[in-house]
Amino acid sequence: MARIELDLAHAYRPKPQQDSDYALLPLKMTFEDGGAYALLGPSGCGKTTLLNIMSGLVTPSQGGVKFDGQDVTQRTPQQRNIAQVFQFPVIYDTMTVAENLAFPLRNRKMPAAQIKQRVGAIADMLELGDQLNQRAANLAADAKQKISLGRGLVRPDVSAVLFDEPLTVIDPHLKWQLRRKLKQIHHELKLTLIYVTHDQVEALTFADQVVVMTRGRAVQVGSATDLFERPRHTFVGHFIGSPGMNFLAGRSDGAVFETVGASLPLAAGLALPSGNYKLGVRPEYLTLAPANVPGALAMEVRQVQDVGTHVILSAVREGALLKARLAPDSTQLKVGDTAWLQVMGAHTCFYKDDEIVA
Amino acid sequence: MSTTTKPVNQKAWFLILPMLLCVAFSAVLPLMVVVNYSVQDIISPERRVFVGTEWFAAIMRDEELHGALLRQITYSFAVLAVELPLGILLALSMPAKGWKSSAALVIVSLSLLIPWNVVGTIWQIFGRTDIGLMGAALQGMGIEYSYTGNALHAWLTVLLMDVWHWTPLVALLGYAGLRSIPDAYYQAASIDGASKLDVFWYVQLPKMRGVLMIAVLLRFMDSFMIYTEPFVLTGGGPGNSTTFLSQFLTQKAVGQFDLGPAAAFSLIYFLIILLMCFVLYNWMQRVGTQAKEAGHE
Repeated sequence: MARIELDLAHAYRPKPQQDSDYALLPLKMTFEDGGAYALLGPSGCGKTTLLNIMSGLVTPSQGGVKFDGQDVTQRTPQQRNIAQVFQFPVIYDTMTVAENLAFPLRNRKMPAAQIKQRVGAIADMLELGDQLNQRAANLAADAKQKISLGRGLVRPDVSAVLFDEPLTVIDPHLKWQLRRKLKQIHHELKLTLIYVTHDQVEALTFADQVVVMTRGRAVQVGSATDLFERPRHTFVGHFIGSPGMNFLAGRSDGAVFETVGASLPLAAGLALPSGNYKLGVRPEYLTLAPANVPGALAMEVRQVQDVGTHVILSAVREGALLKARLAPDSTQLKVGDTAWLQVMGAHTCFYKDDEIVA
Repeated sequence: MSTTTKPVNQKAWFLILPMLLCVAFSAVLPLMVVVNYSVQDIISPERRVFVGTEWFAAIMRDEELHGALLRQITYSFAVLAVELPLGILLALSMPAKGWKSSAALVIVSLSLLIPWNVVGTIWQIFGRTDIGLMGAALQGMGIEYSYTGNALHAWLTVLLMDVWHWTPLVALLGYAGLRSIPDAYYQAASIDGASKLDVFWYVQLPKMRGVLMIAVLLRFMDSFMIYTEPFVLTGGGPGNSTTFLSQFLTQKAVGQFDLGPAAAFSLIYFLIILLMCFVLYNWMQRVGTQAKEAGHE
């Protein structure tokens, strides 16, 4: 178990000139001992690179990695005592399930009795108990991945367990189960778990702290609530939530925000110097308002989608599109109607150069 | 479901007719010609007598054939025993990427491009004690080397020649198998604390299984049918120490013009190879897949 501190940058090519040459832009980050973290971002954003740097499979081209204050940048995964689970099941074909699970322990010369007990415990946790003596090669993909997970979790003294999109090959209904299992295991074993995924639901349900990454940059680290209520970067607003955050480009003169041909008064406590900004508001926080209320916009309804638990209303004004998530039966609006949407509110954020300012 | 009957359309048989014809002309008819010879005594082009299974019975009792068969089996298994480990070792030591890997591939596969009789000739000269590099060197070291006079030397030279010629094939197949192992396996093994030997034993070898099986079958079949190289190098001698099955067959068919016994033997030869491959294949299918169950507990 260890507290992991990162202060590094990484480029796969030798002499990086510009930002796009970097797989990871300079970043500073700390993963506390015993925490459950998720690295979330679209494909190619650098999350797997970051994970491999932590595990020691990749050496960062600049900066270093510290475990409990000790520099481990040049150490191998074995020396760092890391466990890692990969996207696709990695199993030893010629071994049985039990031998697979015991392999990392056997290589570390743990006494046989202890190995047996440990393997039994992990197998029970992952519900592999009755398959222990079967050959691993003949099992289905999800059982194989459970073995991979088990090999990651079997060592009691690891610094951290890293997961690289481990549930990709698993059926959706099993995904839920396994994710709950992992969460439960985290509570029982108190291991530091770091989980890479591009699935926001997976990240938000698994982790206490989510690191959102895009194009080699970690744009926000926070809890699910933070990411939802105060996205620090417009990318986080877009990426988290379904549908993502609405954005309106406009200008502030200190008291009024002018956008799509309307003037919205800024709240009293809001200090927004003159300049160009982007207003961001979650579809969940957009509400229907009576006509001509301050802070509301008159929009033309384009689409009303009933998705069962709620209604998604899409409306436009001067080319800008807003989506609102409303309670079912709360509206009789039809396509072509005018709807007044309350844009200004407690959860409305303002961005300058994609970074939050208010 | 079971009560509904499928529509029957026998016309579909016509679709496999072209294939049947091709196979008939390429395999079945030539084979039938051999079968035809094997049950007749052809005295002259006009006179032939049906003899039934007489040739088969005679050939099975032929002492010379027993000798050739035994030599052949020993030789083929020696070939496998040397070429397989050596090929795997070669594959493991070849560089994985970059220009070095391309260069290694070309160099390793060079010997595969040389025609059989040229290989025989090369080794014939190579082994000569007056001008051949190997022969002269051995002579210089005080070994009375002679592949024409000493039966053991001849046998070893033929084996060495095959190892030189064909180990690269095993190496190439093994190399292809190694390259198809995803990096994650090596990374996982390193994280699990596996030693180099563990990685070979639990990752590389099981993953190479498929290609190695092909290598074993190819090398077995090829070496079991070896003809040109020993024929050029030793002519089957000294005595009959390097007379393998195909050369024995040629002596019968072409040398003595005993078409009947030669045809009967051809069929037996074919069946032996078929049987051996069948046994080998099934054994390899099983090895490593069930051994564990027995070993555990």
